[in-house]
Amino acid sequence: MENTITNILLVGVGGQGILLASEILSEAFMLAGYDVKKSEIHGMSQRGGSVVSHVRFGKEVFSPVVPEGEGDILFGFELLETYRYLSLLKPGASVVVNDYKIAPPSVLLGQAAYPQALPEKIKSNFPDFLLVDGQGLALKAGDVRAANTVMLGAVSKRLQIEEAVWQQALEKMVPEKALEINLKAFAFGREL
Amino acid sequence: MKEILSGNEAIARGAFEAGCLVASAYPGTPSTEILENVARYKEIDSSWAPNEKVALEVAIGACFGNARALACMKHVGVNVAADPLFTASYTGVKGGLVLVVADDPEMHSSQDEQDSRHYARFAKVPMLEPADSQECLEYTRLAFDLSEQFDTPVMLRSCTRISHGKSIVELGERVQGLPAPRLVKDAPKLVMLPGNARVRHPIVEERTIKLSAYGTTAAINRMELRSDKLGVICAGVTYQYVREALPEASVLKLGMVWPLPQELIREFSSKVATLLVIEELDPFIEDQIKAMGIACSGKELTTHCGELSPGRIRDACARAGIIAASTVPSVTIEPVPPRPPNMCPGCPHRGLFYELNRANAYVTGDIGCYTLGFMPPLNAMDTCVCMGASISNGSGLVRCLPPEEQQRVVAVIGDSTFLHTGINSLMEMAYNKAPATVVILDNRITAMTGRQENPSSGYTLDGESAPEVNIPELCKALGIKHVRTVDPYDLEATRQAVREEMARPEPSVIITYRACVLIKGAGRYEKGPILEVDQGKCTGCKACLRIGCPAIEWKPDPEGSKGKAFIDPLLCNGCTVCQQLCKFNAIGGKK
Repeated sequence: MENTITNILLVGVGGQGILLASEILSEAFMLAGYDVKKSEIHGMSQRGGSVVSHVRFGKEVFSPVVPEGEGDILFGFELLETYRYLSLLKPGASVVVNDYKIAPPSVLLGQAAYPQALPEKIKSNFPDFLLVDGQGLALKAGDVRAANTVMLGAVSKRLQIEEAVWQQALEKMVPEKALEINLKAFAFGREL
Repeated sequence: MKEILSGNEAIARGAFEAGCLVASAYPGTPSTEILENVARYKEIDSSWAPNEKVALEVAIGACFGNARALACMKHVGVNVAADPLFTASYTGVKGGLVLVVADDPEMHSSQDEQDSRHYARFAKVPMLEPADSQECLEYTRLAFDLSEQFDTPVMLRSCTRISHGKSIVELGERVQGLPAPRLVKDAPKLVMLPGNARVRHPIVEERTIKLSAYGTTAAINRMELRSDKLGVICAGVTYQYVREALPEASVLKLGMVWPLPQELIREFSSKVATLLVIEELDPFIEDQIKAMGIACSGKELTTHCGELSPGRIRDACARAGIIAASTVPSVTIEPVPPRPPNMCPGCPHRGLFYELNRANAYVTGDIGCYTLGFMPPLNAMDTCVCMGASISNGSGLVRCLPPEEQQRVVAVIGDSTFLHTGINSLMEMAYNKAPATVVILDNRITAMTGRQENPSSGYTLDGESAPEVNIPELCKALGIKHVRTVDPYDLEATRQAVREEMARPEPSVIITYRACVLIKGAGRYEKGPILEVDQGKCTGCKACLRIGCPAIEWKPDPEGSKGKAFIDPLLCNGCTVCQQLCKFNAIGGKK
């Protein structure tokens, strides 16, 4: 296979479960036979701060960090954070984002406003834009906490990986008692 | 078998496969998960030490007993452990001894970005630097072998992108048949009196020469010859960035960054027209190559500060005319509000910092989650230097101040940091009668690094119950006469304690005792009632916003009059601090 690298960036707020989502992606890429690297930051930045996780796969991956301007897919857990990291993407990249807002400190204190019309601003730069009602679909699947899995399902449509591989990755990474709901949530996301 | 492992998990696996028997560490980002993963292997005796010096000494002790032993720490931890490191270089080892150090270029979670490679050269011990998780495993195994082969401690250097990066690793088996641990009498080697140390020093110097020769033929230092025009010398994660940014360049990848394989470097430099040294932080390799009389470029292209990346290397090389400039258009976005880290909702530190701010305290700070007391709107930290410095900085500060300013000096330090290096500082303060106030924020855990147990938390690394250091009695034993404990969720009691102890012209200690909201389990954090704002009673005075709780949001009134506060029920932990600040009884339990 040709060494084309696919670059995925997962962005959101510390504590949103970004690390687990990036683990499931990595697992699926390894199961599909690719080389995989991922990179993230732990520690102080996880205390409610802005978080970016990088996942890359292909025949042979060198850098664990996605080079600036080469992101293929932006997987957003929160709207403002998704907008913040658009410059990491290449032209024509896909953006899949949960329709979810978390106010940063200056907004909580009433010193700044949460930016308006972010979906429109993102879409004007990246036409392959999908806004997902992650929480709503997760609730429909049986548990609001499965919102990230809905998102994974939506992202999976943009990756050339067989459905069975995704199922295998979820079975490995999700606790058994939550598996059924997560498989359902994944399917809802994949249908979008 | 193949698995996706982080660098830290792979280092732990490497220690297991190498037959390591004893491991010790103090948590520190990005190194923490190494020991947490070593602890999964029951064949290895793993434990948290109160600080890095102790951790390394525990490992040295085990190595003197013929066991393979491991100590792990972040870069600044080596400053604390430097004393035993330098002497262990002279004694050498019995069983293999490996010190893992994880640097943090870009300071994602650190107070400086010192380059640990200088320690290897300074202490005269070899240093290996892996470039991905597979190498983390292999180099850890090799480090133990080299330690015994060359009779030296071996340092293994990681960094944030290696430790917290993940890649695919082929696992191996644990080695068998290592010599059994036993007491070994070898005083001329292990008792570093001047007479013995003078004998050991020339052996250390000779060892460095032998290691440099080993490096010239060792497989971990390898030439990848592609172009004869451009050659790059690099190591660690930078190797990955270089391969990505300059795919046509020849590369000398160094797996051992100290001592350097001088002959191999000469050979490589003779094969390329232009030689670059690309390395994060200091020109450690570059300076040595220049000292060898070899022409190369390095820090005139890349910065001394922060991390490198494929993009930064590409840009640097384009500026120098080595490659063509990139023309990829990038999207520009409008300025948006920043999202800095914040203390959690219900964090027991919040009420204390609120009161310190109100009492106009000058706060000498320390290293932990509570360093976030610096952030607005709490704005309650004035200095922060290193682990344990809050108390001694405060003690020094009061010595030069007039009495009315002395009273304002308050040192804040967490339980784990106090046990790490704060005890000596408090001893000094008591001994020399420095009239500062110390607050020990006892949240029952080492929180910042991800909730590790410590000697006062009541549990070991394995989760077994353990004797708890009695912090109030310890303070008294050190000579502090005025020691009191308060619940930081009780603002009135906290206020009173802060004001009374600040006014006291003697050394005193306040212990704020309340578990971190992230530690669950019996006798630990218990969630309070979820609170809500009664919109009829809220006058929009913003008093509750002064604690900066992420669960409380100010929403402006669309009609144009004053806005009101709202509490997010999903985030509220029910600490009640905001409720105590509301003069209009607008905050109460959710119905």
